[in-house]
Amino acid sequence: MSAAPAFVVKGGRLVDATGVRSGDVVVGDDGSIVAVGPDLSAPETLDAAGCVVSPGFVDIHSHLREPGKEEAETVETGARGAAVGGYTCILAMPNTTPAIDSASVVREVLDLGRSAPCDVRTSGAITVGRAGSQLAPMAELAGLGVTLFTDDGAGVQDNLLMRRAMEYAAGLGVTLAQHCEDDALCGGGHMHEGEWSSRLGIAGQPAEAEELMVMRDIALARLTGAKLHFQHMSTAGSLAMIAGAKAAGLDITCESTTHHFTLTHANCATYDPVFKVNPPLRTDEDVAAVKAGIGNGTVDCIATDHAPHTPDDKIQPFDEAPPGMLGLETALALALTELDLEIEQIVGLLSWKPAAIIGADDRHGRPIAEGNPANLCVFDPDEEWTIDGAAMQSKSRNTPYAGRRVRGRVRHTILEGEAVVRNGEPTR
Amino acid sequence: MSDLLSISDLERADVEQLLDLTDHFVEVSARPIPKVPALRGKTVVSLFYEDSTRTRLSFETAAKRLSADTMNFSVSTSSVKKGESLRDTALTIEAMGIDCIVVRHKSAGVPWQLTRWVDAAVVNAGDGWHEHPTQALLDCYTLRQKRGSLDGMHIAIVGDVKHSRVARSDIAAFTKLGAEVTVVAPPTLLPPAIETYPVKVSHDLDAVLPSVDAVYLLRMQRERMTEALLPSLREYTSTYGLTVARAELLRDDATVMHPGPMNRGVEIDGDIADFDRSVIVDQVRNGVSVRMAVLFLLLGSGSDLHNAIPASESEERSA
Repeated sequence: MSAAPAFVVKGGRLVDATGVRSGDVVVGDDGSIVAVGPDLSAPETLDAAGCVVSPGFVDIHSHLREPGKEEAETVETGARGAAVGGYTCILAMPNTTPAIDSASVVREVLDLGRSAPCDVRTSGAITVGRAGSQLAPMAELAGLGVTLFTDDGAGVQDNLLMRRAMEYAAGLGVTLAQHCEDDALCGGGHMHEGEWSSRLGIAGQPAEAEELMVMRDIALARLTGAKLHFQHMSTAGSLAMIAGAKAAGLDITCESTTHHFTLTHANCATYDPVFKVNPPLRTDEDVAAVKAGIGNGTVDCIATDHAPHTPDDKIQPFDEAPPGMLGLETALALALTELDLEIEQIVGLLSWKPAAIIGADDRHGRPIAEGNPANLCVFDPDEEWTIDGAAMQSKSRNTPYAGRRVRGRVRHTILEGEAVVRNGEPTR
Repeated sequence: MSDLLSISDLERADVEQLLDLTDHFVEVSARPIPKVPALRGKTVVSLFYEDSTRTRLSFETAAKRLSADTMNFSVSTSSVKKGESLRDTALTIEAMGIDCIVVRHKSAGVPWQLTRWVDAAVVNAGDGWHEHPTQALLDCYTLRQKRGSLDGMHIAIVGDVKHSRVARSDIAAFTKLGAEVTVVAPPTLLPPAIETYPVKVSHDLDAVLPSVDAVYLLRMQRERMTEALLPSLREYTSTYGLTVARAELLRDDATVMHPGPMNRGVEIDGDIADFDRSVIVDQVRNGVSVRMAVLFLLLGSGSDLHNAIPASESEERSA
């Protein structure tokens, strides 16, 4: 029995891994795509004139703060912001309180996500409590569907423990992801060490603190054969090493965040902690390297590192405020505005490429074709708008882009056949 | 000017204006009754999140000599201990109707944050490693008093430049006024990207001393040893301390400066601190007058200098 047509996404330009073409998309009442082609009709119409219709985006780096820091974000508010940003799938980071390092917390996050307007998946911690001393029950968590493990917010400092984690992960077929920061070399730095940290009198952390751990992990990946993903790569040196490791045939992927290709350490000059983030905003040369890496394939996907913090937390002195900035509702626009790439390349970096890294490509990032799940994003690539933290769905307001003019805005987001965002507004 | 946050933000003319204004307050401070009505009715609050006796007393003395009311917000016994945020504290103080906040904080940038929340004038009395603008102004004033002008002077700043707000402000101020600055320190105590500063760098104090007009010794803090920045204080003193023997390398007319408090026997030998080429006491004395000038410039706007600072009673009588 085939599904009945529910609505048609009409008049858009379809962009997916198979290419770019015009066409209408009919979505069925079972949540799947039932027809793709010219001049289709259905009981209801979603206007996509002038828009790109693409697979929904996948963010493999979202801090949803629940459990433990619900005043900053919840799974539901984070998911709603994600939907408004065009995402149909997000991966929660494990640095909650308690950490996502046990079956019970994994179940809690997945349960909270079930009613959310986005497919919420979760990573698991590599070590118990993200404390870096004992492996978390990775097999048990993998059994609940966790495909990516990270101690994000911190890197695994101990060389031997990281080796063991990689060996163990390889046996489970899961991916390890690393937040690369050598704590000792960071020395408690609050921004990139360089001309600006020096002038501002703020303790810095050198690019080499990230690069040392990238170097170590490439060596350990060679030793263990593990599948390794580098999170939020921010320096020219890191990307050069990753390009080399990929050329040598290692099973390595990496992401870069929107803020690492749009902002630099000079943004910290006002001492506004909204610009404090880990890894820190770097130099113009690093921004250029990140953009180049995105363009030439060294960078596999764009991630947000969406990190909500309450206004109270973000009005503290720069060195006392927590690191992190919002990202889910601005990533598409920043990519379209700041990256000089073809539209299908940008959509791929936001959609099917990250989906493949976390194994979400069973439902997300798939070609817009009959029979596939209707997880779609409809966006106007030319609409200009001004970013405003107060207008966001997130519980927090810590966007570093307030007041910035950008181009490209999500019109509709379709999750499993339901329009969870219509004309830019969440429907639930 | 509505706040004094840093020297880096100022133009040379701004610095010179403040130094010229200081002359008037040096004269006032020398009077038998060193008090003028310039800021009568104004309230200055000192908000010190870091222990400081000398700077706080200097500002309070300056405010009182200008007839301003002063309040001292003592962080250690206040609501801050109970977890009040910086912003709430600032808004609370401002709601009491104050005109100026003199702030010191261990975190760089706090004075900038305050200006976003309050209308009162904000004076930076030291923010972390960043800046200490009134210290630099009093240093410039002291050098000008001694030498007439900083133009063409060669000044060595010696010691822990990396962690020093005094050094950052002094480098900016001295070079703005035309002096040449050489920073002398082991590489571990220099800030990152030192090549972007308008200074020369040396690791050899003995080589620098013969050519300087002034040597400025920074305070060496003991905790730097535990951070592996130095092997020992003894080694620091033997390589970068102004010992009696090393002071022989100075020209006869060279000036010795220190922001205080001194570690006698570490960065400066006790005998040198007290000798005639040292202006360390002048620095402290001028500090009050410089801060009077800063407060007057920020709070006495529109008032005529001669009305604000009437000649002293004794002068009037003798006239």
